[in-house]
Amino acid sequence: MADVIAYAEMRDGTLRPVARETVSAARVLADELGGNVVAVALGGPGSADAARELAGYGADRILTAENEAFANYDPDSAVRAIESIAGDMSPVAIVFPASAQGKDLSARVAGRLDRSLASEVTEFDVEDGSIVVTRPVYAGKAYARLRFRETPALISLRPNVFPVVKKQGAGVAEALDLEPGEVRTRVSGIEGGSRERLDVREADVVVAGGRGMQAPEHWKMLDDLVDALGPQATLGASRAVVDAGWRPHGEQVGQTGKVVSPSLYFAIGISGAIQHLAGMQTANVIVAVNKDPEAPIFSVANYGIVGDAFEVVPRLTEEIRTLRDSGG
Amino acid sequence: MNSIVCIKRVPDSEARIRVAADGRSIDPSGVKFDMNEYDKYAIEEAIQRREAAGDGQVTVITVGGDEARETLRQALAMGADDAVLLRADVSLDGLPIARALADEIRGRPFDLLLFGKQAIDDDGMQVPAMVSELLGLPCATVVVSLQIENGRAIARREIEGGHEVVEFELPGVIAAQKGLNEPRYPSLKGIMAAKKKPLEEKDVALVDGGLELVGLTGPPARPEPQIVGEGAEAVPELVRRLRQEVKVL
Ligand SMILES: Cc1cc2nc3c(=O)[nH]c(=O)nc-3n(C[C@H](O)[C@H](O)[C@H](O)COP(=O)(O)OP(=O)(O)OC[C@H]3O[C@@H](n4cnc5c(N)ncnc54)[C@H](O)[C@@H]3O)c2cc1C
Ligand SMILES: Nc1ncnc2c1ncn2[C@@H]1O[C@H](COP(=O)(O)O)[C@@H](O)[C@H]1O
Repeated sequence: MADVIAYAEMRDGTLRPVARETVSAARVLADELGGNVVAVALGGPGSADAARELAGYGADRILTAENEAFANYDPDSAVRAIESIAGDMSPVAIVFPASAQGKDLSARVAGRLDRSLASEVTEFDVEDGSIVVTRPVYAGKAYARLRFRETPALISLRPNVFPVVKKQGAGVAEALDLEPGEVRTRVSGIEGGSRERLDVREADVVVAGGRGMQAPEHWKMLDDLVDALGPQATLGASRAVVDAGWRPHGEQVGQTGKVVSPSLYFAIGISGAIQHLAGMQTANVIVAVNKDPEAPIFSVANYGIVGDAFEVVPRLTEEIRTLRDSGG
Repeated sequence: MNSIVCIKRVPDSEARIRVAADGRSIDPSGVKFDMNEYDKYAIEEAIQRREAAGDGQVTVITVGGDEARETLRQALAMGADDAVLLRADVSLDGLPIARALADEIRGRPFDLLLFGKQAIDDDGMQVPAMVSELLGLPCATVVVSLQIENGRAIARREIEGGHEVVEFELPGVIAAQKGLNEPRYPSLKGIMAAKKKPLEEKDVALVDGGLELVGLTGPPARPEPQIVGEGAEAVPELVRRLRQEVKVL
């Protein structure tokens, strides 16, 4: 059978936003290949119920394992679960999100199954029966097209690239016979950062500040803009301001930070060094605000304003608030 | 405290990457190569652990061409004790590399096996966890801090919006992220000493993985940039375009 396994990432008892992207993309792939989508959801109490929602994104079978021990990521159990499911059903592909957890797990599964993995995939097709993927390499300075010549094809999908699509699948839910087993690598806790904001990789809109913001206290201004843009927006940063200790490393966008693909990216007081561009040039729309008209950021920006961030940003926040208040 | 560190020679992060005429490789002319940035954190960590323990050995291993010898010398100059070059042509598929590394490492005694979190050429983020599974070892990836007490490692790894605390018994694997430490620059003395340190070379035949390269292309072109205007007065026009032209507001 041409079945596709989708790893539906959970944290605590709830689905992560990438889970819906992964299942939606698996549906597209399974439709091309004529197979079923089998979602695998491991999580803490409440997760089995939460995972049923995946039927609405095209899952034909939803395999759940609800256990206090899976409230945190348990890599050893997750690898065992996928290994045994893959052994039972010989899938053509196993699709993961290229999230922190998905990248860790997909590489472990690849090692365990001794199969190749294409990471951070941004496109996939089926050509003459085999799966062909596109993925950025050299920090997005080039794109590689790669053909899988074996199955299962292991793929991790770049977050925010594949759309969430509502589509009814058969949606049969089954509990996996999975007990926490021998744990070599134990996740003993999670330390939350700024949990009230989305991670830069998950957000639909990113407001990134650079050294042009001049001091950490000026981030209030960017915070206000994020608030005006709504709950799908979050803050990002250049390396210069992370190295200066103004912002946490988790916000850094770029070659040595995170690679983001939001629908809208604001670069405020960021010059646009090649290592920064590597992290954001796949954003759908880029807006740059910089007082230097020669700044390289303008060469990738869809729209630029040449000017002082301290004047432009508050005005922008005001305009967007007005728009929101008027229901626009 | 014995460590093995896997390192890779990659184009410098500043490098302009152009696809070569064959459409399957990059044009190396004018490209400066360096040790992968994250691998420097891995080496630094191994050296610091050896120094703190007062004894032990740091071995560096790479899979690559003859040019990678230079990268190994750089690691020896930082303070690694010996080096192994597994000579082979590497592709964008991480699995054959992971297999070659696992075969070389199996049977060697060590406490810690270290990697960088990601090679900045293939951007795979996969070799460390693959090797850990091939060797049956515990593993923490994207590690920003590491504590070792009585043979037990406690690592913090970066995840969305925070950190995960990961614990395991040694021997084990970590993949280093920026923030783990401050890598040292080789001293002149280190560079001189590196010339006399053992560097073993052998040819390995990589077993093909399941990925075949169809072709490489440049990044998709971005739309023609437009300067909307100057200063705060340009904001209403920007907002109009974001709403009406590209519909993102
Ligand atoms: C190996 C390596 C990896 C790297 N990885 C990354 C990475 O992941 N991410 C990253 O971002 N960088 C990375 N860098 C660093 C990168 O090269 C740049 O140094 C960095 O991106 C610069 O940050 P910046 O644009 O905030 O600062 P600057 O380059 O100093 O730019 C500040 C900009 O603000 C503008 N400005 C000043 N005042 C104002 C004002 N009032 N209003 C509007 N504009 C103003 C200036 O015109 C200027 O363009 C890396 C470098 C190396 C060597
Ligand atoms: N050819 C190689 N030789 C030795 N180590 C490698 C090689 N390729 C990758 N690695 C190691 O694996 C890490 C992650 O690489 P990757 O999975 O390719 O992103 C790197 O930072 C290195 O530590």
